[in-house]
Amino acid sequence: MSTSAPRVRVRGVVGESVERPDAVPKVKGEFEYASDLRRDGMLFGATLRSPHAHARIAGIETSAAKRMSGVRAVITSGELPTRERFGLMKLDQPVLATERVRYVGEPVAIVAADSAEEARLAVRAITVRYEPLAAITDPVAALQQGAEQLHRSGNVIDEVIVVHGDPDTRADVVVEGEYEVAMQDQAALGPEAGLAIPRRDGGVDLHVATQWLHEDLRQIAPCLGLPESKVRLVLAGVGGAFGAREDVTLQIHTCLLALATRRPVRMTYGREESFYGHVHRHPAKLFYAHGATKRGELVFVRATIVLDGGAYASSSPAVIANAACFGAGPYRVPNARIHAVGAYTNNPPAGAMRGFGAVQSCFAYEGQMDALAAKLGIDPVELRERNALRNGDPIITSQPVEGSAPVAEIVRRCADAPLPPRGPETDPIALPGGAGNLTHGEGVRRGVGFAVGMKNVCYSHGFDDFATARVRLMRDERGPLARVHTAAAEVGQGLVTVCVQIVRTELGVERVELDPPDTTIGSAGSSSASRQTWMTGGAVLAACREVKAVLLSRARATGRPPDDLAALLDEPIDKTVSHRHRDTEPRDAATQNAGHVAFLFAAHRAVADVDIETGLIKVVQIATAQDVGKAINPLAVVGQIEGGIAQGLGLAVMEEVILKDGHVRNASFTDYLLPTTLDMPPVVTLLIEHPHPDAPYGAKGVGEPPTISSTPAIVAAIRAATGRTLHRVPVRPDDIVFDEPYRSGWRITPGDDPRRAVRA
Amino acid sequence: MSVQVARHVGEVLDNLSSVTGATLLAGGTDLLVEINFGRARPATVVAIDRVAELKNLERNGRVRMGALVTYTRMLDDDPGSPALREAARTVGSPQIRNAGTLGGNLGTCSPAGDTLPVLAALDATIVLRSAKTERRLRFGEFMTGPKKSARRPDELIVAAEWDDAGPAQTFMKVGTRNAMVIAVAGLALVVDRARKRVGAGLGSCGPTIIRAAEAERFAEGLFADAGWERASRPSDAAAKEFGRLVAAAAKPIDDVRGTAAYRRHVLAVMGARALARVAAIA
Repeated sequence: MSTSAPRVRVRGVVGESVERPDAVPKVKGEFEYASDLRRDGMLFGATLRSPHAHARIAGIETSAAKRMSGVRAVITSGELPTRERFGLMKLDQPVLATERVRYVGEPVAIVAADSAEEARLAVRAITVRYEPLAAITDPVAALQQGAEQLHRSGNVIDEVIVVHGDPDTRADVVVEGEYEVAMQDQAALGPEAGLAIPRRDGGVDLHVATQWLHEDLRQIAPCLGLPESKVRLVLAGVGGAFGAREDVTLQIHTCLLALATRRPVRMTYGREESFYGHVHRHPAKLFYAHGATKRGELVFVRATIVLDGGAYASSSPAVIANAACFGAGPYRVPNARIHAVGAYTNNPPAGAMRGFGAVQSCFAYEGQMDALAAKLGIDPVELRERNALRNGDPIITSQPVEGSAPVAEIVRRCADAPLPPRGPETDPIALPGGAGNLTHGEGVRRGVGFAVGMKNVCYSHGFDDFATARVRLMRDERGPLARVHTAAAEVGQGLVTVCVQIVRTELGVERVELDPPDTTIGSAGSSSASRQTWMTGGAVLAACREVKAVLLSRARATGRPPDDLAALLDEPIDKTVSHRHRDTEPRDAATQNAGHVAFLFAAHRAVADVDIETGLIKVVQIATAQDVGKAINPLAVVGQIEGGIAQGLGLAVMEEVILKDGHVRNASFTDYLLPTTLDMPPVVTLLIEHPHPDAPYGAKGVGEPPTISSTPAIVAAIRAATGRTLHRVPVRPDDIVFDEPYRSGWRITPGDDPRRAVRA
Repeated sequence: MSVQVARHVGEVLDNLSSVTGATLLAGGTDLLVEINFGRARPATVVAIDRVAELKNLERNGRVRMGALVTYTRMLDDDPGSPALREAARTVGSPQIRNAGTLGGNLGTCSPAGDTLPVLAALDATIVLRSAKTERRLRFGEFMTGPKKSARRPDELIVAAEWDDAGPAQTFMKVGTRNAMVIAVAGLALVVDRARKRVGAGLGSCGPTIIRAAEAERFAEGLFADAGWERASRPSDAAAKEFGRLVAAAAKPIDDVRGTAAYRRHVLAVMGARALARVAAIA
């Protein structure tokens, strides 16, 4: 449909940098986050959690807690309204532990009291008799014959085997390596929080910080014993998500306490509890073999990938599929076998985090590409260019890349970005160790590293993925006004400006207001998989075009020009549209199919100074070229890219949830280190815009690729500076100062079934 | 929880002698963390941050730093020790440095307290006062264990005092982040050229701050040979030996922040670098 130019140029349309409406309130501390919600007569909830990684519950005594001052409700598994379980992809997680606890931090009882302090004290007064059981904390061990079965279905959460060409073919040059990715935390600054308000009709309203209101609803309602019609969810202010809010945490608990007490109840996790309360990035062990010709053309990739899913499934099946499908990277690989398995263990559950499976395999295959380049004597950038996927090439699942695949272009553009001035720096604070004043140049070596990554956008493998948007165009005393209603969660990614920009562009109206997201409208799908611009943006675009069609018919009928909005809006126009992307095929045994909608690519070049004597690191610069399709809000795109790189840098050099026998040893921001401004370098960002024909304005989604290849690029730079192998992230100072290459402790032929692993 | 706001040292001391278990609150950067984690539930808190007398900083050959001098003031004002200023820069973020105090660092008495290796290296004296009496302890007598000191429950840390040791000093701290990090290892090195004395204090490498006595004697020998009053350049072998002696003094453990092996290794590196750095300053 043609769109005639509006009479007055509208500001803030697609392609312009638009300031976020919540930017200033957030900086000034005026934004209302979920943890700020209050109601008169509100109670405070608290959770009793398992101190054991694996134990049988022999008895729970709550009478002392129930007698304490201010306590209004104490609920254990015996007092639940149903036996329903919850979970994103498998309903394997009890609302409160029944006979068994499977990880440290598993909820066992919940309390509501007049104050947060009284609720916490009452939690401590509950006595649970545990009979500790042996815990399985190594995912490879969990897969071995004779391992104790943690779930009735066994210890395999899911298994994905990708076979392409003749995976057992030979090659001139072969490199093998084993790699490990430790557990990373999403570390959203806003901890989990929600407010449940009981309704007169026996239902409940839940205001909650989440990524997907309707999926929460699907899991919550059965556990409450209520029909979905009696549970309404409203999005509360979200302080970051990064995947950690895809799973249900306190949603069901808060509603249960509100229904039991007939009072509004708020739950808010503290930072320590948040580390136990939400899922983390899957730790992974990866065993790779790459084969190439003497000229540097890839011949095969064989890999075995074991992901530690922790105690419950969460989104593990999809994470496993991603790790496998993208296990060879953005390269032309004629032959491959990837055997990826996710295991149940007694570690805290793993689930979604930015990059979602693609992060783990990218760290390994990019390490392999560098090892191959070194063995062949080819420049690492050139090796990547030579093997880059092109439009129409199949990935290892045999699905051709359609739309845009500018891999060679992003590699070259990124490699050609200007380098920082030659170091070392003169100000010690800019050197490795920073404020610690450790070096004035002694021991400092500079290295440059390069990496490329890929991932899917939107949901894959036959999932019915859709988004709903309602657009109303009306006139009030101030003139034309558009209102947009969706259930899409703004989690910081910038969808709030994207929707407004689309409406302004399509309808030529500058005043656009967004209704609060809730479940009274159809689902928007999740704010994950880099999909909301494509999906909710697409739904808003489709709704706008229906509104526009009415405008045009009114224009024809009245003889007014179609952009004379004021004259055409005696009656408002109101359209609700559901938008679907192209169909994807379900995953079969070998995933040889069109499982994905489209692919995202990014390249990163890192420059790092390393103090080789202390093992401390200062990343000096990151350059990136990212295939974004079309930048709807360039400022926000750059923000996503820089933020994603910070998260990738964290995984490269400092971020690790340190586990010992299933216990998190650093559940605080004192010891779970996140990059500061002194750690985060300047970023040179090159946006590569080749519009994808399926996407609104061609915009492909930008949130995840910055997190995928930034980590291996930084580690490659550290390898170049130190000569160390560094096959585990995060890189620790010990890994640099002591020359002890990473060992998984297992022997396995890459591509084989990890159930055949033997202890090394 | 009751909170008393004191405005004079006398009020603080009265509270400490009359209320058993009264907890002192200065900048709150340690106490509030303890309360938030549920590890401390003090019945009575005496807030001392308004006691002006504890904010004095005097320098005339001898330095006397009041307990309420913040890290920010150690950076902004001349604190009478370059190493102390460098240590203050390694503490937390600007907000933490605005609130946290010397007295708080002493009161918590963590082996990771960043000013403590400097006070050890300076051989500082800690001034403690109760309603009845005032006593002065050398830092080595004051700190008795991890988060343990010789301060009695009725005593207030009033100040720390030390001889102005001149410019040949430095502080270094290792952490796996370039700022806002708890020390994995810390080292303060003070060369008092006028008094012909070397002090080396090690942080996060044992149950208390450790003085590397053998390393100190070794360095004193080097400076005696090179001339105490002159800038010098120790040989690589001498610097390395000093580092080895620094590391040998440590009693490190493996913990969540680092391994004992790494701590020993990095102390040797820090020792060698620190010696070369301060030897060049006269």
